[in-house]
Amino acid sequence: MNPTENRQHDQMPNQRGYFGSFGGRYVAETLMPAILELEAAYDKAKQDAAFQKELSHLLKNYAGRPTPLYFAKNLTDYAKGARIYLKREDLAHTGAHKINNTLGQALLARHMGKKKVIAETGAGQHGVATATAAALLGMECTVFMGVEDVARQEPNVKRMELLGARVVPVPSGTGTLKDAMNEAMRYWVGAVKDTYYVIGSVAGPHPYPMMVRDFQQIIGIEAREQILKEEGRLADMLVACVGGGSNAMGLFYPFRNDSVEMVGVEAGGTGVPNGKHAATLCAGSVGVLHGSKSYLLQTADGQIQEAHSISAGLDYPGVGPEHSYFKDLKRARYVWVLDDAVLKAFHLLSRTEGILPALESSHALAWAVEQAGRMDRDKILIVNLSGRGDKDLGIVLSKKESQQQVKGAKK
Amino acid sequence: MSLIAQTFKNLEQKGRRALVGFVTAGDPDIEKSLAVMEAMIEGGCDILEVGIPFSDPTADGPVIQASSQRALAGGMNLTKALGMVKALRQHHSAPIVLFSYYNPILAYGAERFYRDALAAGANGLLVVDLPFEEAGELTGKWPGKDLDLILLVAPTTPRERMEQIALNASGFIYLVSMTGVTGSAGLDLEQVTHTANTLKSVTDIPIAVGFGISTPDHVAAVSKVAQGIVVGSAFERIIEKNINATDLPSIIFQYAKTLKATALKP
Ligand SMILES: Cc1ncc(COP(=O)(O)O)c(C=O)c1O
Repeated sequence: MNPTENRQHDQMPNQRGYFGSFGGRYVAETLMPAILELEAAYDKAKQDAAFQKELSHLLKNYAGRPTPLYFAKNLTDYAKGARIYLKREDLAHTGAHKINNTLGQALLARHMGKKKVIAETGAGQHGVATATAAALLGMECTVFMGVEDVARQEPNVKRMELLGARVVPVPSGTGTLKDAMNEAMRYWVGAVKDTYYVIGSVAGPHPYPMMVRDFQQIIGIEAREQILKEEGRLADMLVACVGGGSNAMGLFYPFRNDSVEMVGVEAGGTGVPNGKHAATLCAGSVGVLHGSKSYLLQTADGQIQEAHSISAGLDYPGVGPEHSYFKDLKRARYVWVLDDAVLKAFHLLSRTEGILPALESSHALAWAVEQAGRMDRDKILIVNLSGRGDKDLGIVLSKKESQQQVKGAKK
Repeated sequence: MSLIAQTFKNLEQKGRRALVGFVTAGDPDIEKSLAVMEAMIEGGCDILEVGIPFSDPTADGPVIQASSQRALAGGMNLTKALGMVKALRQHHSAPIVLFSYYNPILAYGAERFYRDALAAGANGLLVVDLPFEEAGELTGKWPGKDLDLILLVAPTTPRERMEQIALNASGFIYLVSMTGVTGSAGLDLEQVTHTANTLKSVTDIPIAVGFGISTPDHVAAVSKVAQGIVVGSAFERIIEKNINATDLPSIIFQYAKTLKATALKP
C-alpha cells in the first residue's frame, strides 16, 4: 500500500467522530452533553503535559510498561515458518492490555472532577482493570457483567470485589458483553451528572473509539521500537484478536503508515456463517449499536443477533468503527477461527512456551501459528498476546479432550 | 401545518392539554395490541406513540424492555407495525408518532421508511438514539417534509443546545422529565418546570413532557407547565399485569379516560 495514501488515517476521526462513514454519536439526548463535555476534556488532556506525564509515570511504574516483545522460539520451531514474536500484554498489571486504557480514562475522570466510575465487562479483564484504577485513584466503581460471564469468568468477579468494586450481574439477553453494555448505558443515563463511564474497547460513541485507541496505541508504539531494535526492521505481519477491537487497534495504529500487513482475528465460535459465532467484521452488515455506526451481527429487520464465543471477551455482536473503516479500506484484513482451534492454541502455547494465554488472545495465536507455517522463515510476525489465561482455567479444564490433541506438541 | 401541530393548536383553543400515549406495537400480539391502541385513543389519547420494538433498548427501563421482548417474540417488526398503523387509520384520525431506535429504521432504508410510514398514515417519527447532529443522514434522504421529526430535550441539555434542537424539530418537542431511563420513579416537578421554562424561552414549538408520569395528579401538575403529557411505562405496566385478561382494552380505556380528565390548561 502506498504510504501517502495511508496518511489519510492521521485525520481520523473527523470532527463529528467519523472514520469514513463509521462512528458518530448515536446516543440519547440525556447523554449528549456528557459526551461533548468528555470530548472537550479529552482534547485538553491530550495537550496537557502534566496529564501525559502522570499517565506515563503510572504506565511505567504501576502497570509495568514497556511490556516485552518476546521471540517465541519454540512456537516458531513448531510452526516451521515465519519468526513469531509475542507482545506480552499478559505481563502488564492485572494481566491484560485493558489497564492501558483504564488508567488513562480514570485519570481523565479525576481531571473532570468525577468521583464515581462505571464499566461494562465481558471477560472481566476490563472490569478488573477499571476496579484497579478506581482503587488507585480513590474512586467508587460499579461494573456491569452478564450473568453468563459472571459464571464463566468467576475469578475475575472475585478480583473486582476484592478491589472494592460492586459487580452488578445482568440477566437480560444472553447475559454477555452486549447486555452488560446495555445496562451500563442505562445506568449512565440516570447517573450521568456525577459518574464517568469507562468504556473498555474502541467502541461506543465518539470520542471513545478515538480515545481508547490513543490510550492503547502504546502497545504498537513499543512493539515498533522493539522490533526495530531486535531485528533491525519492521515486522511483515501483525496479528491480534478482535472483540471490540482495542488490543488490535492498539497494536495496529502506530504501523498504519508502514507497509506491514495487519490481521484481526474474530471469534468463529462453532462456525461461520452457519454456526454460532461473533465474527462481526467477517459476517456482519453495517448498523448502529451502542452509540456508533459499524459492522454488526443483525437480522434483516435491524435487530441485533446473539453472538457466541468460547471467550467472553470476544462474545460481542458489534465492533469498533475504526476497524470497519480499516476493513472497507482494506488496510487490515479480518479472519476468524473456531472455538476448537482456540483451545488447541491455548494448550500449544502453554506446552511450548510455558505461557497460559487468555482464550481471547488464543484466537490470534491459533491463526498466527497456521499462517506462520505458510510464510518463509525470514518473515516476521508479531502476535498481540493481549492477556493471561488464569481466568479461563474453568472453561479450559471443562474441555479436557482438547488437551489430548496437543500432547507431544513440543518436538 | 402538520396534523400534530394542528392537534396541539386545537386543544389549546379548547383549554386542554394533549395526552400522548406510548405503547409498544405487537405486545403481545398484533390483535391484542391493536385493541389496546384503539382503547387508548378512544379513552382520550390525543396522540398515539407507536413503539417499534428493538432488541437492545438502551434508554428504556425494565417495563419497556419486557414489552419489547414480548413483541419481538411475537414476530413484530417495522413492516408489521406500519400495517397496524394502517389498520388503526380505518377508524381513527388521531396523529400517530412512530417511536424507535435508529437501527431498525436504518435497516429498513430512510427513503423507503418515509414513503411507507406516510402511506400507512403515520405523522411523525421519534428516534431515541438519534440526536439532532446525526438526524440529517435520515431526514436528508426523505423526499418531502410531511413527516414531523420529534426531538428530545433532557434536563442535562443546556440552553444553547435547546436552541439548536428547536431549529431541527417539528410537531412537538419531547421534554424528558428526569435524568434517567423510561419507567424510572419520581417526577420532579421543580426540575420539569425549570427545564420547560428554559425551553419555552427559546421556541414556540409545543412541549410534551414524558417519563415518570402515571397518575391523574401528575397529569394535572405537568399540564401547568407544558402543552402535552406523555404516558408510556404506566400503560405498559397495565398491559403486563393484565396480559391475559379479556377486558384489557376496557381497563386501558378507563385509565386513559382518568388521565385525560386532568389534562387541562390552567
Ligand atoms: C485478554 C483480552 N483480550 C482481548 C479482549 C477483547 O477486547 P478488545 O477486542 O477490545 O481487545 C479482551 C476483552 O475482555 C481480553 O480480556
